[in-house]
This record gives sequence, structure tokens and C-alpha cells, in this order.
Amino acid sequence: MITQTAALQRMTPHELTHILFDKQPLFILDVRNESDYLDWKIEGHNIHTLNIPYFDLIDGVEAALDQIPEGQKVLVVCAKEGSSIFVAEQLVEAGRTDVYYLQGGMKAWSEHLEPVKVGDLRAGGELYQFVRIGKGCLSYMVVSNGEAAVIDTLRMTEAYTEFAKQLQVKITHTIDTHLHADHISGGKRLAEQVGATYWLPEKDAAEVTFAYEKLEEGRDIQVGNAKIAIQPIYSPGHTIGSTSFIIDEAYFLTGDILFVASIGRPDLAGLAEDWVGDLRNTLYNRYRELSDHLLVLPAHFGQYTELGERGVVSARLGDLFANNPGLQMEDEEVFRKTVTENLPPQPNAYQEIRQTNMGKRKPSEDEQREMEIGPNRCAVHDK
Amino acid sequence: MADIIVDTKGMACPMPIVKAKKALDSLQSGQTMEVLSTDKGSLNDFSAWVKQTKNELISHEEENGVYKFLVRKS
Repeated sequence: MITQTAALQRMTPHELTHILFDKQPLFILDVRNESDYLDWKIEGHNIHTLNIPYFDLIDGVEAALDQIPEGQKVLVVCAKEGSSIFVAEQLVEAGRTDVYYLQGGMKAWSEHLEPVKVGDLRAGGELYQFVRIGKGCLSYMVVSNGEAAVIDTLRMTEAYTEFAKQLQVKITHTIDTHLHADHISGGKRLAEQVGATYWLPEKDAAEVTFAYEKLEEGRDIQVGNAKIAIQPIYSPGHTIGSTSFIIDEAYFLTGDILFVASIGRPDLAGLAEDWVGDLRNTLYNRYRELSDHLLVLPAHFGQYTELGERGVVSARLGDLFANNPGLQMEDEEVFRKTVTENLPPQPNAYQEIRQTNMGKRKPSEDEQREMEIGPNRCAVHDK
Repeated sequence: MADIIVDTKGMACPMPIVKAKKALDSLQSGQTMEVLSTDKGSLNDFSAWVKQTKNELISHEEENGVYKFLVRKS
């Protein structure tokens, strides 16, 4: 029996993620200030959002009540959770039912990782995608025969260790497709925590202050069953070292070079003009030589519309050659302009993030969280 | 010296602004209020709130992790 409760209820980031994956309707009252809201908010297929800062609702919620539909699930959201509880309690007192607050607020939302299964590996094993839905980051876990490799690990390393524990596998490799500029990598830290090997492309590691294994084309990485190979493909453009992977001849992890709805931007390491040619060659020549059937699995998504079935973000390479706007520019000059001019704003604190990923900076947990605020903006078509 | 001092050190969102609003409501036009806060997360909120309520933010500074706002009631 379904009953509507009159008490204020808590919604976890995990529960909200599944509402978005399942395209369920939800009305969100976002009580952060307007600039934070405009910069970054929760979006989904059947999500309606209203922004009224909590400081406009201190004396009462009447102004908000008129604008909140009755008989629909309402989620109140703020930066952490205190203000959302403050406002949501008033909605409940005003007689509204089915009222929730988001546990941990946007801070927790930004850090939530949801593992979803992409598919099976032929010789036994599975591939999982970890969707960081609040920020649009994607990382991966290849699991086979008791072992696991994690690709483009995010800084919330417990998500991977917990999941590995559930699956009863040991993480033996952590791999970064490139030196990230929009989020702090957890690759090195996770490797240290579990005694795994950390891999990074040498060309992105010129200034790195710690030990790593050189990620090189032709040097396959084995996971568990010797038949599961992670095959690196050198694919410069977003960074000079950017490397893609073909896993089990079926899955194509493209890092920040090719996304479902866009392509990577070449400017975040400061050398856009130099790398335009590399980016074009990777996308228009190297990738064209590969099988159309490969399932492209990028390191980011830009919009909720890219979330597919069960939340997985993926597309066939052949379909992207037909539809992705970044792959339709036959004219080199048009391409050059698109990837170097009128780019979206750079991700928050991207210089500091790069230095942190090189080991040159050691920010505290709070500082790391602060640096990662906002959308990822790694694609040329992001807004 | 401000006409009223509101100490919200140690308090988290939304309390610093809830307290500040109550104090501001008790003031006459032209009087000033000083708010002390340690909640870094509500800095932007504070500026946005003062602006939206058409009061004047005279100064804001930080000392040893304590944020100090001086507001004049319009």
C-alpha cells in the first residue's frame, strides 16, 4: 500500500539518481542563491525546478507555495542540507505531503558515484561504468577472474573499494586516460590504498612528482583472465598524451577525446593551437580506422539527455560518425575554429586541478571539493 | 562601532542569515549591523541577501577564518 506521509522525508543521492535514470517526475525547489543555481543544477527528463533562495523564505513559504504543484513529489535542495531542511519543514507545516530534502545537498550530489553495468566480457567478467551524475564524470571498472582495473578514477576512492569488496575482486591497476583538468584524479591514491599499479601517459606526465607506470600504445594491460586485454591507442588532442582503450575488442574508452554529443576541447593545457591538428587526426583518421561496432564509453557527459538505458552513457562509434556534431566538420578550417574559438568557460580551478593531479599541490579534502565545484566543461559544445 | 553585533560563529546555513535578518528587522533605517560568521558556504548567500533586500554592504573582511560583514539598513 502506498501512503503519503505528512512528515519530512530524506532522499539520498542514490535514490535521486534512480529517479533520474528512470525518468520519473519530480519537482525540485532549489533554495541556493541565484548565481550558484544558474551555474549548476540538477537536471533530468521529467524534472521541474524552481529557484527561490532560502533567505527569501525565512519569514514564511507562502511565496513558494503558489508555485509548487500539489500532489507531486517535491524535493528541496540546497548547498549542504541545512537550509533545505529549514524550508522543507515549513512546506510540511503548511500542509504539503510528499516533501523531501536532499541528503548532503549539492555537495553530496556532486560526489555521488553510481555504478552501472555496461556489459559482459567474452572470456568472463564485466565492465561497469561509474556515473558521477552531479558533475558529468564517468569512470570504469573492468572486472575479471577476481581482479579489477579502474580507469579514470575519481577522488571518491571509497566508491571503488566498496564496489570491489562487494564483487570480491582485487583492484590491480588504476589507469588515467590523460592528465585531467576538470576533476581531481583518485588514480594514484587508489593505487596506493590497494597496492595496485598506477598508469598515466608519459607525455602528460612531464611534471608529475610521483612514480607511475608509462601507458603506451602496444603495451596491453591484463586483468584477471589473461584473455582480457586493455589495449591502449595513442589519441592526442585534448592533451598531448591522451590515450584511448579498446577493451575485449568491444568497448572503446575514449577519455576526453570523443563524447556522445561532442568532442574534447584542446585548450585546457594551454596549447589549443598546437593540438588542433592532433585532435583532428585522432578523430578523423585514427578513430575512422576502427570498427564501427565499438561501443564508445567516454570520460564525461555534458547533459542528462546523454544518459541512456539504466543510466549508461554510451554510443556505437559508427553512430557517432553519423551524428556527433564534432565529427561532421570535413572542412579543416571550420574544425579549427570550432575547437579554438568561442569555447565554453574553462572548468572551475582547472589550473590548480592539473597541478594537483601532477602531485605539485596537496589541497585538503575541503579545498579539493571546492576546486571541483560546477560542471565539467570538457567538451567543445558544453555551455 | 555597529549598532548591533550578531555572532553566528560555529553556526551553519541557514542560521547565520536567519539571525542576521532578525537583528536587522529590529534596527532603524541608517543603523548598522556587524555579522560574524565562520560558515564559508554562506558568503555568497550573504552578499546576495543584502543586495536583494536593498540594504547596503559597507564592508566585508576575513580574519583567522572569521568573516565579518558590516551592513547598513536602508
